[in-house]
Amino acid sequence: MLRSDRVFGLVVILAALAYIASALQLQTSFLSDPMGSKSFPIGLGVVAILCGLVMILRPDEETDWPGPVALIKIAISVVVMVVYAYSLKPFGFLIPTTLAAGLLSYLITPRIVFNVIAGVGLAVGLYLLFRYGLGLETLQAIPKSWRG
Amino acid sequence: MDILANLALGFSIALSPYTLFLAVVGCFIGTIIGALPGLGPSNGVAILIPLTFSLGLDATSALVLLTSVYYGAMYGGRISSILLNIPGDEPALMTTLDGYPMAKNGRPGDALVISGVASFVGAFLATIGLMLLAPLLSRVAYQFGPAEYFALYLLAFCTLGGLASQNQAKAAFAAVLGLAIATIGLDNQTGMPRFTGGNLHLMDGVDFLVPLVGLFAVSEVLIYIEKQGKDSSLGIKLEKVTIPFRDIGRSFGTMLRSSVVGFVAGVLPGAGASLGSFLAYMSEKSIAGEKGGFGTGVPRGIAAPEAGNNSAAGGALVPMLTLGVPGSGTTAVLLALLMTLNITPGPTLFTDRPEVVWGLIAALLIANFVLLIMNVPMVKIFVYILAVPPSLLLPGVMMISFVGIFSLTGSYFDLLLMTGFGVMGYLFRKIGVPTVPIILGILLGKHMEDALRRAMILSDGEVSYLFSSPIAIGLWIAAIAGFIAPMFLRPILKRPDRVID
Repeated sequence: MLRSDRVFGLVVILAALAYIASALQLQTSFLSDPMGSKSFPIGLGVVAILCGLVMILRPDEETDWPGPVALIKIAISVVVMVVYAYSLKPFGFLIPTTLAAGLLSYLITPRIVFNVIAGVGLAVGLYLLFRYGLGLETLQAIPKSWRG
Repeated sequence: MDILANLALGFSIALSPYTLFLAVVGCFIGTIIGALPGLGPSNGVAILIPLTFSLGLDATSALVLLTSVYYGAMYGGRISSILLNIPGDEPALMTTLDGYPMAKNGRPGDALVISGVASFVGAFLATIGLMLLAPLLSRVAYQFGPAEYFALYLLAFCTLGGLASQNQAKAAFAAVLGLAIATIGLDNQTGMPRFTGGNLHLMDGVDFLVPLVGLFAVSEVLIYIEKQGKDSSLGIKLEKVTIPFRDIGRSFGTMLRSSVVGFVAGVLPGAGASLGSFLAYMSEKSIAGEKGGFGTGVPRGIAAPEAGNNSAAGGALVPMLTLGVPGSGTTAVLLALLMTLNITPGPTLFTDRPEVVWGLIAALLIANFVLLIMNVPMVKIFVYILAVPPSLLLPGVMMISFVGIFSLTGSYFDLLLMTGFGVMGYLFRKIGVPTVPIILGILLGKHMEDALRRAMILSDGEVSYLFSSPIAIGLWIAAIAGFIAPMFLRPILKRPDRVID
């Protein structure tokens, strides 16, 4: 029977094996102590494998996974976060924050007018808070190059 | 009297207008954080750390601010438990059992006041306990060598995995994962890079604030998106708030007993406030028996978990300050704060930086009175704040997390890493892997490995050195018992199924 816990346990074991394998490849220094830099990671890997085995042999009840709509929403929000992370520097704070906050707000409760207000309000409010309240000078409302 | 002299030193720091101001601000923010469902003490304090850092506060001020937030969150958690039947944070779960029925019976004001007073009694007694116990424990901690420290870290992981989770294998895996993340970066002993994959960003290791904010704050937002923002609305109208002296008088014994139970639970490394409120409620329920009417909205059923919860929150500071081993999820976050401020908790903290420790203790005493005022006569303000819809709150949490991390490091890499940890935290919470041991592992990993390796250097590779002192043997036994015992106790002590703190 395929259960989330079993799949997860298998992933844990594979990851732990990879971790141990890369621990074995570690360069050692001539200045080493009796334990060296490999033993502790190898020990961790072994414990993780045991945990993975227990999860495969004695899985919990099946996880209650969200339906396809919720999954798509979560995927979209993760994409929003990644794009937001990349756009903070080139586009400044205000525009990306308005879009990201508005979109996230929409994903939680879709009410367009409220979502737009939430996006703009959060962007402006947080900018004032960070820039003047907390004195974060690295934060730029719009990029310097745009001001000409 | 050493304690009085130290306390005088503490008050001389804490009573400065600026520190006092920070304590009040912290209490206010903390109560809000606690009251809002979806923003618990761990993730609330986590997203505030980068901001405190960029404010440039000195160690004492930063610590006063964030521990006030911590205490405040423990008070605030009860507000939504009582009014919405949704715990504002995980330790407040037990308060829903009697708090909500009492509010439904038309006495929401009384429930808020009783729980506020119980919170005060618990937190006040715990702060006194902290004052008395911490210096004693720090004297014992001087005798700790690397072998004892290694066993102590193990004890923290074992009790956290055993008592505070549903599945030992998953909790143990979480701890191991955290420890493994801590091995990324330069090896302390040899200076060689490990597990960096040639990535220069990873040479310094993973900054613990990144997984902290990712696992706690970002994953919470994803959980909310999945739940489709079931908007919380106030079902209960709060009329005039009066003080029910008779109920408070009658449940005073409960408050005192629960404070003691909670404090002990808090001092245990890894157990924390949730366990404190749980044990306090269960023990009072069995003392009251069938006639006590627990679960139907009786004052004692509200007083017990709140006193236990707040007292455990204070107790959890004892191992964190004296040994550097946090007693709960939120104190793990506070430990992260101390490390960011370059303060090493441990026995030497009490002799080297008395102004930090005693300033903190004095500030906690003051914060308690501030919180009592905020949470009894002024409780209505926080009830209004509960009306903030999640579709405004959670995007706000997300943006604060991003800016906080961005302001610390200014690198995209950390923002992406944080998002990655957010997704991981979401999956783990769905599958039932607790996230607190991961944080604890990242925080303690380097120390734990160093302790083990130093022990091996001292003994020239002799493993039996780890069990060579009575303290070490005691800690090992406690660790093994703490991990195994819950397997047998679990069917008897059935915990409610939400574990976040």
